[in-house]
Amino acid sequence: MAVSDRRRPGAAAPKWMLGTAMFAPSVLYIILLIGVPFVLAVLYAFSDARIGSTGFHFVGFENFRSILQSPGFRKALRNSIVFTVSAQAIVIVCSNILAIALEKPFRGRGFIRFLILLPWVAPVSLGTIGWKWILDSIYSVITWVLVALHVYKPYNAPMWLGEPHLAMASVILVHCWRLIPFSTVIMLAGRSAISKEIPEAAAIDGAGFWRTAFQINLPMMTPILSVAVLFGAIFTFTDMTVVYILTAGGPFDSTQTLPSLAFATGIAGSDLAAGAAISLFLVPVLVLAAYFMLRLAHRAEVV
Amino acid sequence: MAIVETRHLTKVFKQGELGAVNDVSLTTHEGEFLVFLGPSGSGKTTLLRMIAGLETPTSGEILIGGSVVNRLSPRERRIAMVFQSYALYPHLTVYKNIAFPLKAQGVPKDQHRKKVEWAAGLLGIGRLLERKPRELSGGERQRVALARAIVREPAVFLLDEPLSNLDAKLRASAREELERFHGSVGTTTIYVTHDQVEAMAMGDRIVVMNFGEVRQIGTPAEVYDEPADTFVATFLGSPPMNLVERDEVIVGFRPEHFFPVSVLAGRAAIPEPMRAADREGPYVPVGLRVGHEEYLGAERIVYGSIEGGPFHGKTVVSRLASTLTLPFDAGGVHAFAVSERHLKFYDRSSGKRTTPRSVAWR
Repeated sequence: MAVSDRRRPGAAAPKWMLGTAMFAPSVLYIILLIGVPFVLAVLYAFSDARIGSTGFHFVGFENFRSILQSPGFRKALRNSIVFTVSAQAIVIVCSNILAIALEKPFRGRGFIRFLILLPWVAPVSLGTIGWKWILDSIYSVITWVLVALHVYKPYNAPMWLGEPHLAMASVILVHCWRLIPFSTVIMLAGRSAISKEIPEAAAIDGAGFWRTAFQINLPMMTPILSVAVLFGAIFTFTDMTVVYILTAGGPFDSTQTLPSLAFATGIAGSDLAAGAAISLFLVPVLVLAAYFMLRLAHRAEVV
Repeated sequence: MAIVETRHLTKVFKQGELGAVNDVSLTTHEGEFLVFLGPSGSGKTTLLRMIAGLETPTSGEILIGGSVVNRLSPRERRIAMVFQSYALYPHLTVYKNIAFPLKAQGVPKDQHRKKVEWAAGLLGIGRLLERKPRELSGGERQRVALARAIVREPAVFLLDEPLSNLDAKLRASAREELERFHGSVGTTTIYVTHDQVEAMAMGDRIVVMNFGEVRQIGTPAEVYDEPADTFVATFLGSPPMNLVERDEVIVGFRPEHFFPVSVLAGRAAIPEPMRAADREGPYVPVGLRVGHEEYLGAERIVYGSIEGGPFHGKTVVSRLASTLTLPFDAGGVHAFAVSERHLKFYDRSSGKRTTPRSVAWR
């Protein structure tokens, strides 16, 4: 016993160093690519930094005061919320329907599952560029089909990305297209986690499809559902690719969201300080949202 | 209350394969406790699920209370089922679990509390109503599942191995409780199990199944004492019936009917009037080469092989009360005997019971 207890000199040090060496790249990665920009953003948000000027003065909450007063910011905030909430609502309903449809085995189910996953696998930018063409004012296939069906005449066809409300609907549509696969996979996992005997017991107890869906399956899926909503909401709320590529915030800033406004103000408009303040504005909102979702998930935990 | 009947019921899961249930026709009696007994894969659960309406039969008919219910959904069959896992709704309290069938079947809300309390009281779980299923022990969960089943007063109870998740001690008391419960409610009950002790103890009649087919239907005494074929003979009883074969016939006898001749000598000492019920003879003497012996407390199981005669070398088992302290030396040959009355004869090719015949043992 005494022999094995004695530590060989130097044996602990290499082990400790190995751990550090294995750990360091990820820590470095996080510090350099997430930590530093975040600290910089905080610094900028409380300063008067601008692109092309070396002047740097702390101005306190001045930036936040001014963006809160700007109508553009308030509109972008409202748009962000509208996009996130409506996209999530549509995604939850559609992915639930898809999960129910894909649950029972049928011929070609594997292939259909693969097709449904595709939008999630494709890079956001590529997918959005595809949608930009689908919704294009001249080459839109949707318009072409509607004209061919005599729903619209060629001269008064809708401009999908050119009219404020249609443009907002288009942005929501693309967000849904992108998030449904992810959400469907989570729902499928959630459904398959429910023991097969429970819906059967409900059927014997006399519950129909809707009662089983809303009083048995849905409550039992609450934890996993809230994870799906949390992830989806954060993806939508922080995403600027879709808006930037599809409409660049237009027409007339009607589809501007907080991330795209931050980019437009801070980089394109060279007001770094205001841009940083706009993007930092998201942080407390998202932290709060995450807190409440996780608490809901924890509370609803069953079994 | 109702009678359940199946007519030529068959379920084939994969086309071309042997059915999970093959041509099963049976009828329960009114208020009967009928047990489906069989090894795993014997089709007993599939048969129960078809009666419940969770599985669609490939062919055949199911009748509950005299009318064909093949096309009715589970909710329209007026049945209640207790699952092996109990399948309680984990997000609902015990009260809401028990009230769920009432809610689902549109029972007016003001009657819920009374009915739930009646069912909970019957099973002694009145104090658990506000708990969630995860806060209950296995035995308590099983009672909640039963309460949920009886609350809407179904025509038929279906129970799918409801005791298999309980530990051995709890199982015995739950078994007794279930019997008492059935006695007081009197609803026709179909009970699926692979445990022969449960089946023997609880069943009014037992349906013995194997490979999707009914091998025998009868009271516990009938299936144990007069097994219809070699499967039933060896599935029931522990250790199972001794089967020794010769030519076209298989001879079977229960281990408890196979004992040392010295026991007979002891019986001879019993005064004649008390021996009247013990007219077992004539006896067939059999030499047993003792292999090894298991001492199980209340009984002794002696393993060995027959010595001499046409059945020489066949392995057989004797089950003796441990009040018999006679020692057996391993490897030695001892004089055993079996009553001719307890010999069963089976056809070697079909395994079915055949007429008794005289067999030369020496």
